[in-house]
Amino acid sequence: MSRVTLPLLVLLLLVSAVAAVTLGPADITAPEVWSVILHHLGLLPESPVSRLRDAIVWELRLPRVLTALGTGAGLALSGTVMQALTRNPLADPYLLGLSSGAALGAVLFLLSGFALLMPLGAFLGSLGALALALLIAGLLGGATPTRAILAGICISALAASATSFLIFWSATGDSYREILSWLMGSLSGSLWSDAGLVGLALLVCAPIILLAGRALDAFAFGDSAAAALGIDVPRLRWTLLGATALLTGIMVAIGGAIGFVGLVVPHAVRLALGANHRRLLPHAMLVGAIFMLWTDTAARTLFDPRELPVGIITALIGAPIFLLVLLRYRRIT
Amino acid sequence: MSGLLVDNLSVHRSGRPILTSAAFTLPPGAVTGLVGPNGAGKSTLLAALLGLVPATGIARFEGHDLPTMPRRDRARLAAFVEQTSATEERLSVRDVVALGRIPFQSALFPGDGRADHAIIEAALAETGMTAFAARRFDTLSGGEQQRVHLARALAQQPRLLLLDEPTSHLDIGAQLTLLALLRHRAGRGVTVLAALHDLNLAIRFCDHLLVLAGGRVVASGPPAEILTPQRILAIWGVHARLLHDPANNRPVIVYDRVAPGARLHNPD
Repeated sequence: MSRVTLPLLVLLLLVSAVAAVTLGPADITAPEVWSVILHHLGLLPESPVSRLRDAIVWELRLPRVLTALGTGAGLALSGTVMQALTRNPLADPYLLGLSSGAALGAVLFLLSGFALLMPLGAFLGSLGALALALLIAGLLGGATPTRAILAGICISALAASATSFLIFWSATGDSYREILSWLMGSLSGSLWSDAGLVGLALLVCAPIILLAGRALDAFAFGDSAAAALGIDVPRLRWTLLGATALLTGIMVAIGGAIGFVGLVVPHAVRLALGANHRRLLPHAMLVGAIFMLWTDTAARTLFDPRELPVGIITALIGAPIFLLVLLRYRRIT
Repeated sequence: MSGLLVDNLSVHRSGRPILTSAAFTLPPGAVTGLVGPNGAGKSTLLAALLGLVPATGIARFEGHDLPTMPRRDRARLAAFVEQTSATEERLSVRDVVALGRIPFQSALFPGDGRADHAIIEAALAETGMTAFAARRFDTLSGGEQQRVHLARALAQQPRLLLLDEPTSHLDIGAQLTLLALLRHRAGRGVTVLAALHDLNLAIRFCDHLLVLAGGRVVASGPPAEILTPQRILAIWGVHARLLHDPANNRPVIVYDRVAPGARLHNPD
């Protein structure tokens, strides 16, 4: 089945990407989009598109579309991995507090004058939140789904209040508003450098995660079953959690705390294709990219000329689905 | 062929001994029954042999020290069927059996080749699960799930097969089928060690018995010699008689009553 669905999803992703670039206040057609792309790739010597429209496509919309695709793919991958590793259907970078930790790290670096190192701060923040979540769940007597979520709530609250305090203390005027919008989750103003950073994070982490698909299936029956199949459980767990923290950190540094993508997408794909991770991971990655692209396109076009933080839309879609997941797994939570 | 040689194997948990200086040898290509009351340490012994719990001592099989050898190599040599192994994941039966091929696949190209597929199908057929291959694992009955885990273990093509109460969820027909399957594997040179509760099944299907009580190996040998009324009384606290079954020339145990003051369960 993957032989049909994966190429189909790739096709859908390409069509969606071009379609999303055409959408917006300035009317731009798909052929124009193609000619701008081909022109900038040096395959079309003369662009038939005006300089302004060329800039709208190449400088504004294309980097944003690519950033959205990469962010969605990364968040969906992170969620899938966390759910498998913790045997917790509710695990998600947002619900476990990784996003809040990353936001705190990013704001801390930003306000102390290291704006360029913001992604590093976000990575450290998400790593710290992850370690803290596992520690708290351990103190409660083991990382059951409920305990992990409770730990996540605690960390989120703590990180959010620290973040708010930092902003209250040092941000003023425009930067205040900008930071708040970013915290709610927004891809507004994404540049090529953002798209590049997201792409780089995916390039490093996605292969590691995709190759671990089989091993993640073995985790379905618990750690000792995985170990009996020759898997180095601690090493795999820490490698994958590290990759997840890195992905989440970068995604948060670029797009803020965009919630529920890591929860909604993997569950939807699981429902359709089952939990075999060698199928699930690549599908979740592509579906996550497409989902993020369309929610972000909605965020920037629905209330034109005003822009909605995309995190509001993903939460609007995600929270009810979170409830459905809770109901479905009520036996084990 | 050396079989399994275990010497001075001990497991401590929170400072308490769970398994104390276990020492025994298992003949190669034989079915050995691991018997003993609840809490005797049967599951711990099986886990310790595979390095799944921290243990001290030696467990040599075909020239390798099982607990300390590289885990991938060990998973190619020895397969384990745990007592309970459920999941919330939506995996198909074939997905679960395919897990048995993990130790044979390279990290960079972890796909099932043609040979893997053939082995998976053979394991499904041998356990009678072919018709279930596309079913979701979590919708199966306990007995069917146990058979799927056995099929997964067979897909590992092990030389040593460890099973923790593989018959616990099976009806009597399925129990006999499973034990016949283990005998068949043993006939092809696989060394089998299975924790069993049903002593009559153990007598009938095992070449060799290992009796565990209070974390110690208290007896080891052919079933008919090991399971005497005195030992059954001493270890299980049950008065029993052994009758002779002329059909297969083996004894049959008849349980009469629990001895006064005998504990039903070891506190654990």
